[in-house]
Amino acid sequence: MAMNLTAIKSIYRFEMARFFRTITQSLVSPVLSTSLYFVVFGTAIGSRIDTVEGVSYGAFIVPGLIMLSVMTQSTSNASFGIYFPKFIGTIYELLSAPVNFIEITIGYVGAAATKALFIGAIIFITAFFFVDIQVAHPVWMVAFLVMTCVSFALLGFIIGIWAGNFEQLQLIPLLIITPLVFLGGSFYSVTMLPPVWQTITMFNPVVYLISGFRWAFFDAADVPVGLSLLAISLFMGACLTAIWWIFSTGWRIRQ
Amino acid sequence: MAAIVSVKNLRKTYDTGFEALKSVNLDIEEGEILALLGPNGAGKTTLISTICGITVPTSGTVSVGGFDTVLEYRQARSLIGLVPQEINLEPFETVQNTVAFSRGLFGKPRDDAKVAAILKSLSLDDKAKSKVKELSGGMKRRVLIAKALAHEPRVLFLDEPTAGVDVELRRDMWNVVADLKATGVTIILTTHYIEEAEAIADRVGVISKGQILLVQDKAELMSQMGKKQLRVDLAERATTIPSSLSDYDLALEKDGTVLVYTYDTRHERTGIRRLLNEMNDAGLVMTDLQTQQSSLEDIFVGLVKDDA
Ligand SMILES: Nc1ncnc2c1ncn2[C@@H]1O[C@H](COP(=O)(O)OP(=O)(O)OP(=O)(O)O)[C@@H](O)[C@H]1O
Ligand SMILES: [Mg+2]
Repeated sequence: MAMNLTAIKSIYRFEMARFFRTITQSLVSPVLSTSLYFVVFGTAIGSRIDTVEGVSYGAFIVPGLIMLSVMTQSTSNASFGIYFPKFIGTIYELLSAPVNFIEITIGYVGAAATKALFIGAIIFITAFFFVDIQVAHPVWMVAFLVMTCVSFALLGFIIGIWAGNFEQLQLIPLLIITPLVFLGGSFYSVTMLPPVWQTITMFNPVVYLISGFRWAFFDAADVPVGLSLLAISLFMGACLTAIWWIFSTGWRIRQ
Repeated sequence: MAAIVSVKNLRKTYDTGFEALKSVNLDIEEGEILALLGPNGAGKTTLISTICGITVPTSGTVSVGGFDTVLEYRQARSLIGLVPQEINLEPFETVQNTVAFSRGLFGKPRDDAKVAAILKSLSLDDKAKSKVKELSGGMKRRVLIAKALAHEPRVLFLDEPTAGVDVELRRDMWNVVADLKATGVTIILTTHYIEEAEAIADRVGVISKGQILLVQDKAELMSQMGKKQLRVDLAERATTIPSSLSDYDLALEKDGTVLVYTYDTRHERTGIRRLLNEMNDAGLVMTDLQTQQSSLEDIFVGLVKDDA
């Protein structure tokens, strides 16, 4: 039987409605924090650093800042999106509806990724007010952004299914994603680190994502673009496999 | 009539090791109203959840409209509407959108007029644009029903639809159920209110400790299993039952002014005429008499007690 496209659309719309109900809160906080980053890193510290890899420091941190927000936002949106129905009990409806796990995942992950994309776009626009930026490869920029939104939304979706309470829901983003992103070269080039740290950093998957995204902006990267693409594909594949396993075993969903 | 829901040897053991359903067999006929009665923890919700796909059966099969609920879950589930026991609703969304969401989730194209009609049939039309959290408990329960009806199901499960609902609303719901039945929807409801089963059900099932103890036509059940009582008002107070009448199941009530004879309607002869004659012989003069049929409640309590 064909996919239940109507169901996907319904889930997507219902989730997007949640986003638009709280649009001010959803956008104010990322815009505010990005502006603060620009003031602190771009202006205060940036005035002491000329250029990094040929770009002004203020512009250099733009891709990293967008990635930072987009990764945390897709993760938290998706994890909350699927955790909330579990928490309030409305999950019964998803389980009793003629939908399969692919449709449920597309609906929730699609909505979470879209929200994160919105926020990414808003930050990009905010950045224009602070620094001059050119984008060398606009199509690749969008592609990296979309892939990052989707793969982190998948990760968030898994966290939301796994989480048994609100603390756990916030724990993973706080304990894993934030450090990985901060240490992933958001605010510096990996080449600026001592050699030992450069090696260690190479085990951080986020490095590849930020590097690829930055390459789309400035045509310069810490790692080859191909590796960035490979890294994000592997990450997405791992999340998809995990979700497939969760639904096929009913883990933490069906009793 | 053909069975629209067919449950075969269904077992459910939860992860805790608790066996909530022990080989349940149940056929539900198209267009009927079946009331499932059973004490707390009997397995009513588990049975419904397993049919609807919320819990996975440990063994056994369920088919709805001829479709296996596991192998052909899409076709099977499309036919089912479920009103859960707990009020589980998205608090911040409007009534209208919540109901429209359910319709879409079941793959039905958007139809605002249909949603409006369902809300109207449940007297929710003036609340269509209110947020769910602004509704009273009884209204929320009706929203749950509206959601279950949004995709025009052919089989509707109502898990304790009238728990915590006032008398008037309960009657309203009975009317809604009767209207649905008139359109050919099969309805399965669980309830703790026996008068509810008595009022609206065609058949009654009794479940206890994960087993179906009986499923029977309501009227048949009551006449077959029902004990009837004959109450005879005596002209003079009697202190003891005359020994000549010791063969009868008799009791004295109201200070000896009423003689109560309990008999079984299943027996061919009720023995009433003979009793009255013998009473006469024993010198008991009657002034009036009436009969009383035991209610489903008595039957139910008797059954579950026997099972314990
Ligand atoms: N998720 C679960 N895990 C373990 N045991 C469960 C679970 N859900 C229900 N049970 C057990 O299964 C039994 C049947 O529960 P169920 O909810 O089906 O009863 P019920 O007949 O609907 O009762 P009530 O009238 O109180 O709603 C109970 O003993 C309950 O404790
Ligand atoms: Mg129950």
